[in-house]
Amino acid sequence: MGWAIALHGGAGDIPKDLPPERRKPREATLRRCLEIGVAALKAHKSALDVVELVVRELENCPHFNAGRGSVLTTDGTVEMEASVMDGKTKNCGAVSGLTTVVNPISLARLVMEKTPHIYLAFDGAEAFAREQIDYTQPIKKAPKIAPVPEGDQIGTVGCVAIDTQGNLATATSTGGLVNKMVGRIGDTPIIGTGTYANNLCAVSATGKGESIIRATVGRDVAALMEYKGLSLEDAAAYVVEECAPKGTVGLVAVSATGEVTMAYNTTGMFRACATEAGHAELGIWSSESNE
Amino acid sequence: MGGWAIAVHGGAGVDPNLPPQRQEEAKQLLTRCLNLGISALRSSLPAIDVVELVVRELESDPLFNSGRGSALTENGTVEMEASIMDGPKRRCGAVSGVTTVKNPISLARLVMDKSPHSYLAFSGAEEFAKQQGVEMVDNEYFITEDNVGMLKLAKEANSILYDYRIPIVGLESCGAAAESPILMNGLPISVYAPETVGCVVVDGQGRCAAATSTGGLMNKMTGRIGDSPLIGAGTYACDLCGVSCTGEGEAIIRGTLARDVAALMEYKELSLQDAADYVINKRLDEGKAGLIAVSKTGEVACGFNTNGMFRGCATEDGFMKVGIW
Repeated sequence: MGWAIALHGGAGDIPKDLPPERRKPREATLRRCLEIGVAALKAHKSALDVVELVVRELENCPHFNAGRGSVLTTDGTVEMEASVMDGKTKNCGAVSGLTTVVNPISLARLVMEKTPHIYLAFDGAEAFAREQIDYTQPIKKAPKIAPVPEGDQIGTVGCVAIDTQGNLATATSTGGLVNKMVGRIGDTPIIGTGTYANNLCAVSATGKGESIIRATVGRDVAALMEYKGLSLEDAAAYVVEECAPKGTVGLVAVSATGEVTMAYNTTGMFRACATEAGHAELGIWSSESNE
Repeated sequence: MGGWAIAVHGGAGVDPNLPPQRQEEAKQLLTRCLNLGISALRSSLPAIDVVELVVRELESDPLFNSGRGSALTENGTVEMEASIMDGPKRRCGAVSGVTTVKNPISLARLVMDKSPHSYLAFSGAEEFAKQQGVEMVDNEYFITEDNVGMLKLAKEANSILYDYRIPIVGLESCGAAAESPILMNGLPISVYAPETVGCVVVDGQGRCAAATSTGGLMNKMTGRIGDSPLIGAGTYACDLCGVSCTGEGEAIIRGTLARDVAALMEYKELSLQDAADYVINKRLDEGKAGLIAVSKTGEVACGFNTNGMFRGCATEDGFMKVGIW
């Protein structure tokens, strides 16, 4: 039991010879975000607050594909999406097609808390953002980021946590698929696919959106636990190994009993986790921890 | 194999004071759509084609809230969304924010078949539609006089009811609510346009498919996306079954309704009807919704906790039924 947190910065074909200048900044960010999340949990912040603040941190880091650093559409524009879900109430919020909002995850949370809806997109979401001046500061233009090298474009970010009260939450944010068609929506804002939380577990997925949607990854991990009695680890392993083609999906998840799992069927997944019991991990590929 | 089966719906949550003439029109439309689907099934058209053609028919008719006859946004415009899923390989396609495409469900199908993605929205979806050469019309085509009137009433109701999660007080003075105290998604049922149309089919080869289409919530914020285009929420199909949901979008999303019917069959080995009942009774919390479903063995099921659901179903052995209550 006790608190637990896991976060990811994307799953995909991460080359093992990733040069240090592209590896180290991401590892450093993962480490920093993990520390921020753990400190917040220790300070008894709610799981919902923790996942939001960690994902904001990840969005602000230009090395991941979310917020700043989002990949571009075929038109060379940025269209970001995000979603958040509160395991205790199953309330959720999602946004898509954002172009000027600095922290999409916070807008998703505002949709959840300040509107009678769950999901706002494109112009409607941007208009809503402009009405909310507390959280988000709309910027005039997406900042110019150097084009991401071929093969290095993964990096949806996400965080799951269980707090000291035993409540679960999940948050996921992304710029989407590089060179996607304008208007393409992936799994990240679709509750039950890229993001899901209830009172059993919280899940955030990353990888190829179309595969994650088809396999309803987030919901399936929880459903396997609920309907088939699988443990968190077994449920996650099953979904990742049996329900989606190899090389398409990764996820992080925590359970109501404070367990953590980070599973992927890709070459690697930028990830980190920590539990109150003292387990901590940070890595990219399997059975290697990069200190 | 149990033969083919088909079910259609025109939305959950019906005004108990709906005039008999409207009820009759609804039943006739449902019957016509069922018969279209049945002919197609008898000519061995695959499930995925049948659900599309039936939903196209429902979209083209202004009676239900999809395509022509869609509910209006707060700005008085129409923004439609739809999704379709093909059971055998769980391929799927969805669209949102569609404003000039005559048949959103067909655009969703094209996203599935002709694009590298699963879901396209707003200007991107419209652009794709142009490239695909689908039939496009002005946004006015979708707007009906009835719905313009409904929008006025909805605005009136919402000006009293600021947040539908807060218990209602003072609604008695709103003319629309005076007739019936039932609320859905914060609107008195007499102005609430049941949100969707849908069709689920299992064909003679045991392949399941599902399709759902809607104009969404009356008086919704522009850009609001509901459950209908969300795979796993409003629509789902796999080897075992095909499901289409309707009702309060937020409740359906939270409950991942369509996926749960299938997950219960798959992971808990419930029968189709038991899974449908479980989901309606246990997955909705305070929410109100309904669903139709078919299984690969030719069964048909429906469930709803709303006041009525426009629906119809038929199976190969000759069973056919259309109903509202």
